[in-house]
Amino acid sequence: METFEVLQPGPLTTIQDLGRFGYQQYGVPPSGALDDYAFKIGNMLVGNAENAASLEITLFGSQLRALRDTVIAITGADLGAALNGKPIPRWESILVRRGDIISFPRLNSGCRAYLAVSGGFDVPKVMSSAATYTKAGIGGLEGRALRRGDILHTLKSPATSEGARVPPEYIPVYPHQNELRVILGPQDDYFSEDGIRAFLQADYTISAQADRMGYRLEGPRIEHKLKADIISDGIPLGAVQVPGDGLPIILLVDRQTTGGYTKIATVLSIDIHRLAQAKPGDQVRFRQVTEDEALGYLQEYQQKLQTLRQLLQDSPA
Amino acid sequence: MIYDEPRLLAGGDRAIFVEFGDGIDPELNCRVRHLMLAIAREKIPGVIETVPTYRSLLVYFEPLEISARKLKDTLRRLAQSMGEIELAKPRLIEIPTVYGGEYGPDLEFVAAHNGLTTSEVIQLHTSANYLIYMIGFMPGFPYLGGMSPKIAAPRLETPRTKIPAGSVGIAGTQTGIYPMESPGGWRLIGRTPLKIFDPTREPPALFQAGDYLTFTSITPEEFSRIKQAVEQGKYSVKVTLME
Repeated sequence: METFEVLQPGPLTTIQDLGRFGYQQYGVPPSGALDDYAFKIGNMLVGNAENAASLEITLFGSQLRALRDTVIAITGADLGAALNGKPIPRWESILVRRGDIISFPRLNSGCRAYLAVSGGFDVPKVMSSAATYTKAGIGGLEGRALRRGDILHTLKSPATSEGARVPPEYIPVYPHQNELRVILGPQDDYFSEDGIRAFLQADYTISAQADRMGYRLEGPRIEHKLKADIISDGIPLGAVQVPGDGLPIILLVDRQTTGGYTKIATVLSIDIHRLAQAKPGDQVRFRQVTEDEALGYLQEYQQKLQTLRQLLQDSPA
Repeated sequence: MIYDEPRLLAGGDRAIFVEFGDGIDPELNCRVRHLMLAIAREKIPGVIETVPTYRSLLVYFEPLEISARKLKDTLRRLAQSMGEIELAKPRLIEIPTVYGGEYGPDLEFVAAHNGLTTSEVIQLHTSANYLIYMIGFMPGFPYLGGMSPKIAAPRLETPRTKIPAGSVGIAGTQTGIYPMESPGGWRLIGRTPLKIFDPTREPPALFQAGDYLTFTSITPEEFSRIKQAVEQGKYSVKVTLME
């Protein structure tokens, strides 16, 4: 069903789901929504499966026209979302009518907004996923970012209604400083004590080279013992790679699947969604946790999501 | 170097590296694939995917289904007993390639750099079987071992902005194939009409880690014919089992 026309694509709007798994052995990164927290909640609000294809809208400038009546939810960054020029709330399901114009005119906070639509976007699955990996032209809409004039199709779904709302305690604020929890390794033994101390104590600033592939950071250099190169191995999500210049790079969903630089630590999976909303100029700081602590935090996080899931299912919207 | 016991290294809260040694060596790489196969056979609940590289296997998992602790125990056990599993005979995949001319604009450079004629370069390049240690860098890009050092050549100082898919190149003592159009600094000696990577195919890459590649020299006319057959889905890639 034709549901939206793209009037303005904005700098980078792509169709994403929660990622493409099982193909890293062939060199294909997972891709998928960078902020999986906002992404899942968007789908919960419109009654979709949490993996249903939605839009990831980076920064401001996007504009869509509805081609039929439907229900949407906008989560993630505050891009000043408006319906026919009037501000609309985020983290809530909203009815849009045929002819309505949804716009994202300015960046108030965060970096990436998600637009979930009842039924989800209808694109062919490539390697079992709707996620767009623009660099190799895989997935989403013809493997690319949206363009002006694109017609976006959605799948049929049981009627969903407006008015489902996320309680305020679940709505994140996007600060300019973030603490990211890390587990040291796999190559922490390649770094000097001073190097590890600098990494865990300093504030790092996100540089202009920050995209879905990774965020390059600026700040104190992290010293290696001897060398920065290793025989290439795999790169997990959130790996903090430190090449010879000593400046860390946090690798994200569109990362290369393998690489030959030392990795000092890995950011916890549940902290990636906060980093996803940080932009060039924002600061991050790393805090070391143990594997057991990480599991505890993950269980807490999942419990919180489960409670919200229940809440939204039970709400009389 | 192969370690006495594999090292289990943390890759955050959702991934574990099993590292068997430090080096680029077929026997070491074979252990990585052995473990990958052992994990696939065991069907461990909570394991999402595995990524084989030169000397380690990266195992992605869902910690709410299997704890890191339990998975590490399982991986240690499998690493110890995997000698009992027999790997299938490796596949040898033939990559028809046109050498030189517009297909391989750096063939003459590689020849001159090594004091050889272009046909000697072709002869050396087509006479080896190359082990695919791993796939990475970009979708479908094979890291190959086994090239003759006699045809080694430095990378371009200024990488090309656009290299056609299927280009066969040399960088240092490595040879490789660009699976898709991309920028790159390898010296290009030829091009294959085969679709190395096709996102709509299952599996998407023509080969996997542990397979061997061999290059055969074809003419531009054969290139056109094979390319057409590939596009019509009528070409069958030549695959043999190695002894």
